[in-house]
Amino acid sequence: MLVADPPLAAEYRELRSRLAGLSDQEKAVELRTISLAVRRSIVEMISTAKLGHIGGDFSVTDIMVTCFAGVLNLDPARPHWPDRDRFVLSKGHCAAALYSTLAYCGFFPRAELATFMAPLSALNGHPNRVKVPGVETNSGPLGHGFPVATGAALAAKLDGRSWRTVVVLGDGEMQEGSNWEAAMTASHYELANLTAIVDRNRLQQGARTEDTKALEPLGDKWTSFGWELRDIDGHDHVAILQALEPSTSGRPVAIVANTIKGKGVSFMEDRVEWHHKVPSAEQVRLALEELV
Amino acid sequence: MSTEDTFDCRQDFADELIKLASSDERIVAVCNDSVGSSNLVGFREQFPERLINVGIAEQDLVGVGAGLANGGKIPFVSAAAPFLTGRALEQIKADAAYSNTHVILCGQSPGMAYGELGPTHHSIEDLSWMRAVADLPVVVPADPVQTRQAVRWAVENPGPVFIRIPRFKVPVVTPADAPFGPGLSNTLTDGDDVTVIAIGTLVSRALRAAELLRAEGIGLRVINMPFVDPFDTDAVLAAARETRGIVTAEEATVSGGLGAGVASLVATEHPVRMRILGVPNVFAPTGSASFLLEHFGLTADGIAAAARELLGHGRS
Repeated sequence: MLVADPPLAAEYRELRSRLAGLSDQEKAVELRTISLAVRRSIVEMISTAKLGHIGGDFSVTDIMVTCFAGVLNLDPARPHWPDRDRFVLSKGHCAAALYSTLAYCGFFPRAELATFMAPLSALNGHPNRVKVPGVETNSGPLGHGFPVATGAALAAKLDGRSWRTVVVLGDGEMQEGSNWEAAMTASHYELANLTAIVDRNRLQQGARTEDTKALEPLGDKWTSFGWELRDIDGHDHVAILQALEPSTSGRPVAIVANTIKGKGVSFMEDRVEWHHKVPSAEQVRLALEELV
Repeated sequence: MSTEDTFDCRQDFADELIKLASSDERIVAVCNDSVGSSNLVGFREQFPERLINVGIAEQDLVGVGAGLANGGKIPFVSAAAPFLTGRALEQIKADAAYSNTHVILCGQSPGMAYGELGPTHHSIEDLSWMRAVADLPVVVPADPVQTRQAVRWAVENPGPVFIRIPRFKVPVVTPADAPFGPGLSNTLTDGDDVTVIAIGTLVSRALRAAELLRAEGIGLRVINMPFVDPFDTDAVLAAARETRGIVTAEEATVSGGLGAGVASLVATEHPVRMRILGVPNVFAPTGSASFLLEHFGLTADGIAAAARELLGHGRS
């Protein structure tokens, strides 16, 4: 198990206390800067490993950074603290975005990111909670994180605890039936402490979601399953912050976050091949030039 | 209590669960519309908030169980064994075992307990599937005593476990003070000729086989091996060294269960003749559980015959 990097964890605590006093617009300025740093780190990880899922990493980065740096109640020095908020990455193939965010927040030293997918690294291609602090469940096969997040939210509700659970799902992942089983369970148990965010980048591994197995009308599906729906621009940090506000209906909250796969690097944006293409040295240089 | 009395272990499962839950608020029961068949009606009456029914949704069932464990609960995730292990196999692998969560997977009515309902409702593949998953202890209680031991052990052990909860009625075969844990077994009869390693419904049948063979002057060592994984390798290797052959007996397909595990060990460490009794990788015909156990030779006579064969006293 990796352990926290004390100076980074201290920086994280300072960041959180500084952000606490700011308006959403002011917070968003800082969160945008962090998102750029996380994207640069993802480029470096994937170019070193020569493996990864850069397109989905970039579509989910702003969501993930907003959760970890702006909203969730976490302590990198005590990753298993019982009253922490839970963040579940169900689209586990976007582990590089999660690791990069966790390292930024001090859950483990940033130098560890250079080992991404190297032999015997704790940073497997899909996250492992036994090895990486801040990971709540081992994901990778799709359709797993949402039921686990539902169970966690149910545990908090049974105990009357105030911690919350956020699960991030890929949009293609919504084709897995287990997610809709969980959507029914969360609705039945009125888990207002659960937020499900769909990274709606409209591309899955091989093609557009709507050309593969159509998800639309996606928002109506959530509503009909008994969820409070929030439809946002998933790259607008202010919108993400506001969408992560508590449920107003007593029902679980679904955020359909409209995103762009490959967001931030012009030649990757909305292009299906960047699901798991690895950038060349020249493309890395161009990408890092854009991510400033 | 007569030695002929037999018991549906689901009652002992439920009674022990309620007893432990009375003093441990972390314990919850999670089921898939199986409140009745998992014998959780009494639990629901006593702890209505702690009985979580996710409906007919086994993937969700196991995932929700893992999430409850993440949130500090000790979930007894309970469903008919064929659906729990077959439908949610990947959740058992990823969410329970690989994630190392304290999820207690309770496979109700395993083996061919649902005899006439057919192979869709038989759980004979479960031991092969569960044994193939790393870091997942697999427990097959033989009677009410071991069922209660399994429930208690599962609460104490911080990781995941799969327990078969027997429905087919069985007599008590386990002494009250018998040890119970990973890598432990109970030697129920001493014998130097042949060893029978049996689990679940087959243990009492193995004991009857020992009686039959005693009358013929053959000493049968009967070992009850509730932990199919990790099993008692010392007892197996001692049997390989000290007796002339090993018969394994299980209400499961022979492709990957107890017999396969024992054979793999003795083949590499101390080769010895074996007979592996179980279901020979076929879908069972229509019939009651009793009929099907007879049909596949999973009886005292069948075990005795296998032991005789190993001694060269029967057909080879």
